[in-house]
Order: sequence, then C-alpha cells, then structure tokens
Amino acid sequence: WQCVYVFWSVISPQLRSVSVDLNHDASLLIDIPDALCERDKVKFTVHTKTTLSSFQKPDFSVPRQHEDFIWLHDTLVETEDYAGLIIPPAPPKPDFDSPREKMHKLGEGEATMTKEEYTKMKQELEAEYLAVFKKTVQVHEIFLQRLSSHPVLSKDRNFQIFLEYDQDLSVRRKNAKEMFGGFFKNMVKSADEVLISGVKEVDDFFEQEKTFLLDYYSKIKDSTAKAEKMTRAHKNIADDYIHISATLNSLAADDMTANKKCTTWLLEGRVASDQDLKLTELLRYYMRDIQAAKDLLYRRARALADYENSNKALDKARLKSKDIPQAEEHQRQCLQKFDKLSESGKKELTSFKGRRVVAFRKNFIEMAELEIKHAKNSVTLLQGCIELLKSN
Amino acid sequence: MLLVTKKFHNKSEFEFMKLFAARNDSFLSADANVELSTDKSGSSARKEPSGPRHASSFTPSPAAMQPTSLEQVQATAEPNPLKTCENLSTNCVMFLSSLGDGMNAYVAYKVSTRTSLPMFRSKVFSVRRRFSDFLGLYEKLSVKQSLHGCIIPPPPEKSVVGMTKVKVGMDDPSSVEFVERRRAALERYLQRVVSHPSLLQDPDVREFLEREDLPRAVNTQALSGAGFLKMINKASDAVNKMTIKMNESDTWFEDKFQEVENEEQQLRKLHVVVDSLVNHRKELCGNTAVFAKSLAMLGNSEDNTALSRALSQLAEVEDKMEQLHQEQAASDFFIFAELLGDYIRLLGAVRGCFDQRMRAWQRWQEAQSTLQKKREAEAKLLWANKPDKLQQAKEEITEWEARVTQYERDFDRIGMTVRKEVLRFEKEKAKDFKSQIIKYLEAMLQSQQRLIKFWEAFLPEAKAIA
Repeated sequence: WQCVYVFWSVISPQLRSVSVDLNHDASLLIDIPDALCERDKVKFTVHTKTTLSSFQKPDFSVPRQHEDFIWLHDTLVETEDYAGLIIPPAPPKPDFDSPREKMHKLGEGEATMTKEEYTKMKQELEAEYLAVFKKTVQVHEIFLQRLSSHPVLSKDRNFQIFLEYDQDLSVRRKNAKEMFGGFFKNMVKSADEVLISGVKEVDDFFEQEKTFLLDYYSKIKDSTAKAEKMTRAHKNIADDYIHISATLNSLAADDMTANKKCTTWLLEGRVASDQDLKLTELLRYYMRDIQAAKDLLYRRARALADYENSNKALDKARLKSKDIPQAEEHQRQCLQKFDKLSESGKKELTSFKGRRVVAFRKNFIEMAELEIKHAKNSVTLLQGCIELLKSN
Repeated sequence: MLLVTKKFHNKSEFEFMKLFAARNDSFLSADANVELSTDKSGSSARKEPSGPRHASSFTPSPAAMQPTSLEQVQATAEPNPLKTCENLSTNCVMFLSSLGDGMNAYVAYKVSTRTSLPMFRSKVFSVRRRFSDFLGLYEKLSVKQSLHGCIIPPPPEKSVVGMTKVKVGMDDPSSVEFVERRRAALERYLQRVVSHPSLLQDPDVREFLEREDLPRAVNTQALSGAGFLKMINKASDAVNKMTIKMNESDTWFEDKFQEVENEEQQLRKLHVVVDSLVNHRKELCGNTAVFAKSLAMLGNSEDNTALSRALSQLAEVEDKMEQLHQEQAASDFFIFAELLGDYIRLLGAVRGCFDQRMRAWQRWQEAQSTLQKKREAEAKLLWANKPDKLQQAKEEITEWEARVTQYERDFDRIGMTVRKEVLRFEKEKAKDFKSQIIKYLEAMLQSQQRLIKFWEAFLPEAKAIA
C-alpha cells in the first residue's frame, strides 16, 4: 500500500475521450508516463517532448506534486491577460479515502471470513485503489495537455517553468501573496454571482451563453452527483458478489460451477468501474469545465461593470471639470479590456461548445460499446454455466 | 419450485369473486390452468415487455402497477417439472377473502391439487386454507412422523408486522410483495410435503388437501419462524445434557450431523450476504431512476439538438436499466434468498430428526436401566422371601424386558429411517439448488440479453451526434 507504481498507458485512452483534440501538435507533447504513491502524496513524472526553442532541452522529465498543478492553475487564473480565456479546470485532489477506509474495514473483519474470501476482497480493493490512482493520473495529464494545446496558454511562462524547472516548486507555491490572492478571488467571485445576474447584457451571444451555462451547470452538477451514487451502489453489489462467491466456494468445494458463477459476478464489478470512468467522469469533467466557462463570463461581467463605472466616473469628472484626461484614459482602457475579453471569450465559448459535443459523442459511443461487450461476455459465461449445470 | 406469474385486475371485489367462481369451474386441466393465469402474455416464461409492464415480473414495480389492491391478486402456478412423485402436483392459488374485517380479516389461499393417485376422491380439486391451517398441518405431522425419524418440512415464518399491514388493507407494494412471498413459501412447503412418500400417505395430509372445511388449528403460536427454531434448539439442548453419552458403532451419524451443522452455518452466512445484495440492488434501482430523470433534465437544457436527443435517449436507457435491476432484485430475492431461507429451516428439521434418534436411544437406555433395577429388586425380594410381591416383580420384569426389546427395535428403525431420510433429503436438496440456480442464472441471462438490446438501440443515437 505504501508504494505503487503505475504504468497506465494501457488504459489511458479511456479518459482521453473526455477531452479531445489534445496532444496532436508535435511541437509540444506532454504526458505522465508514471507516478508514485507514497503515503498520502502522489508524485507525478511529467514528461515533455518539444521542438520549441523556448525550452532548454527537447526531451525531459520532472517530478511534480498535486499542489504544483494547483499553483499553476491559480497563477493562470490570476493572470489578467488570460481573463478572456477558459482556463482548464484544475485537477481534483487525489482521493484515496474510499479504498483506504474499505481496506481498514477489511482488516478488521479479517477474522470473520475465510482466507479465500479475504484474498478476493483484498484483490478487489487493490484494483479499486489502482483505478483511483489511474484516474487521478489521467486528470492531471489532461490538465497539462489542455494547456499545451491552447495557442495562448501554451506559451505561458509559468507553464514553462512548471514543465522545465528541475528543482522543487514548493518555494514558489508557498508565496503567501498568491495564496491570499486566491482566497480573495474566491470571495469576490461569490459576490459576482449576484453581479452577473444584475449586469445588463449588451450582446445577445453572451446573454444566451449566460442563461445556458447557468442552467446547464446546475443540471450537470445534479447529474454528476446522481451518477456517482449509482456507481457506488454498483460497487456495493460487486462487493456482495465477492462474498457470495467465496461462501459458495466453501459450501461446494468440488463444484466448479461455483467458480464459473464467481467470474460472471466479478464482471459486474468491472462494469461498474467502466461505467464510472465513462459516464461519471465525463459528467464530472464537464461540470468543472462549465464552471471554468462561467468564470470567464464573470470576468467579462466584471470588466463590463468596470467599464460602466468608468463611464460614470468620466461623466462625474466632466461635471466637475477635474481629472478629465485620467478618466478618459481609464475609460478607454476599460473599454479595450472589455472588448478584448468579449472577442476572445466568444471564440473560446464557441470552441468549447464544439469540444463538449465531440467529447460527449465519443464517450457515449465508447460507453455503449463497452456495455455491449461486457453483456455479451456475461451472456457467454452464463450460457456456459447453465449448460454445465444442466448436463451434470 | 414453481414458476409464478402475476396479473392484476381492476375489478371490484364482488366482480372478482364472480370471475374467480367462473374460473374455478374451468379449472380442469393443467393447460387451462396455465392459460388462465397468463392471459395476454402467453406462457409463463419470461418474455419481452408487452404493454406497460413485463408480464412475468415477480414483484410489481410501484410505478407501473395499475390497481394494487390485494383483493385483485391472482396467481397460479405451473406443475413442478421436477416432481418425481407419482403424478401428484399441487398448485397453490391465493386470493383475499372478505371474511372477517379489520384485524380479524385473513387471507385465504386456494390450494389446487391435480393427481392421479387413487386414494384421493377426485383427480382435480381445490380447497381454501388459511395460514394457521398450514401451521396446524405441520404440528400434526411433527407429532406423529418425527417419532419415526422423518424430516418434516417446516412451514414459512409467521410475521405479525407483515400480516397486520395486509389486514389493515394497505395496498402498497411491500404488502403485495409480502403476501406473494408467503404464498410462494406455502406452495413450496406443500410441494415438499407431498413429494415425501411417507408423508403423502398420512391421512392428515390427505385431509388438508381434500376436506372442504378444516377445523381451526389451535396452538399455532409456538410454531413457525422463531418458535420453530426455538423448539428444535430446545430439543438439541436436551440431547446435549444427556448424562449417558452414546457410543456410536457407526460414525456415519456423528459425521453427518456435523456436516449438517456446518452447512447450516454457511447457509446462514450466505443468506445474510444475499439479503445485503437484495438491498443494494434495490438501492441501485432507486439511484438509477433518479439519475435517469436528472439526465433527462440535462438533455432538455442541452442546446445542441443531436446531443440533446442523445441525452434523452440515454435517460430512457437508464430507465430501462432500472427496470432490469428491479427484476433482478426480485429474482435475487424470490429465487435465491428464499431458497436459502427454506434450507436453513430444513436443515434445522434435519437436526431435529437426529435428535429424535438420540432420544430413542435414550429411552432404550433408560428402559434398560429400569429393567436392571427391577431385576435387582426381584433379587432382593427373592432373598427377603415375599412370594406375592415376587410375582408382581416378575411381571414387571417381563413387561420391561418387552419394552427394552421394543425400544431397541425402535431405535434401530429410527436409525434406518434417519439414514434413508437424510440421503433422500440430500438428493432433493441438490436437485432443488440446481434447479433454482439454473433459474436464477437464466433470469440473469435474459436480463443481460435485454441489456444488450437496449444499448445496441442507443448506439446509433450516440453516433448521430454532430
């Protein structure tokens, strides 16, 4: 449990469908070929292959922790220049609580179950642990790949540091100002939630987008939560099957049909985790992505509010005949910022729409195909089992 | 185990009674039997959904069930294909009688028998019985037959809570499920009784099946469920407290008893897990239904038309999955869990007959020691020279010698019966488990095949997203 190496390229295609069009540009290719889990911390190996001259080497790797990813995400969000972009959502913290708790319970209940049952349960738990591990590696990888495939973000200086800097990033991370800034940003954002409903929208496109995204976000958040519940229930059933097959095995030691049944039922566990990867992850990912899109709208709304305030300030200045050039300059800047945000925002949101539809499509197809494949396997197994029983 | 199909009518009780009476007349052959029960849906085997509800669900799902009034429940059963007994098949049909009201109301079960045995008055007949009648039958049988070392199948559990709800007239799905569960359990109980060659010959059994009006059984509180098990365990304790320990010339009995105990333990464990499985699956049902709705809402919000359509379709697929899960839960319960419950009780009954044998041995031993005492008393009297008392003593000795012989013979006979019974039981058990597990797997198989169809129908929708 302490150290687990993962070479996960085998299953990495699964989550790729969550976000498509990544890692096609050979000028900057990023992947996470392996990761190490030590106690609570996961250490990712971030590997970069590039033809860009801005990097010192064409091929290199660095170790990174989850907190480093968060730092990178937050610095990008705080960068004014990127206010008009959808910043890819930060990868969630690796969460091993569920399998760890189960393992703990298993250890406590070891005395009450047979050796075989215990071994099977342990195997299942290890598989679950591995699945969580793979998932977290994937979301971190996708985050980086979203950045590398973005025309503007891929050129970010901090991104380059993240990829290249071969020392510990923790010094940069612990920058108190940034941490405080992040906190402040979140505080203001919730106030802005009210703002966004209040600001008069000038552009039809953004008005529609706002309505759509607000509604869609609440719906997808709901669906994500319900999907997670469904997957959990599936997992419980899979666990029950393990107990059943173990008890059946001890009841009928010479009955090989028990073993066959066991395999059938273990399929249920795998269906659960596939469904989890496909549907739940898809929903979860796009929930976060839509939040990122909403963030863009907030920033634009703030810029609009700033612009309107600057107008008011200019009017006041003109009235008082004081500081008019400054007010004019401020107003000009606000308008410029707002226009820039609107222009880039429109582009980003349009491409986001397209990206989302493509990802859903790919995911749904793969999910349906997997369900069919597993069900067909089940059918074959069950038929064989029934044949065997009937012929005895 | 008999396959069950269910149908619900939307008729008033009176009309239902009329309908029932009409059907009663036409209750002539097995074919007619099956026809009546399955109405539109044809055979009682599982089929694709026709109309709003899948015809052969074991339990109705709350959503699609039309009238859920218990008065309108009718169930019939197919003859048991695994019956080896001489052409006797017993079917158990249930309906709610209007007899009594409120807390005095009770459910009457229609027991229909089809037979070719000459000892019965007719070939096809049915009677009405209530739950306490079944318990009464068990009591009569166990008093008589267990002395011979027979394994008497135990009846299903009494349940005050379940029956109260039913009596109060609650029409909710759990009450319906409860009544159906009981009906199926009673049916299995009867099937086991009539497939036992010795029990079938018992006049009480015949009376139970044939007689129009059965006198009310009393003292049934002690029986069924916890009461039954307590009885068995008390007997076991009595045996264990025996001061004279049996010296087995043949280890078969000891070994077998140990086997039975182990098996019972394992089945209990399994039952607990299967119960958990049933609950989790019901939970999954709920979660899936909720998720399907949420997904449908999401589909409505989606502005891309093709994706919106696909989301709605996916929501429908999930809805269908929920139905599959529900049927699977019913299958888990009615096929698997109930099977385990039955055999836990049956193994208790097996233990019971081992105890009977022990008690027979004990009786024999006690008689022997009494005989010994009598002989010693005779010797004393001889020495004391009391001729009249001596005569009495000699008579007593003769009496007790006869008893000892009798009890020894009884003990041997019981031993043989127990052996035979256990072997028969094991064969029946293996058959029963096998057929039930096949049924369970077949249900699962059908479920998976339907699942494939659902997803295959969805796939083009997903591909159509643009």
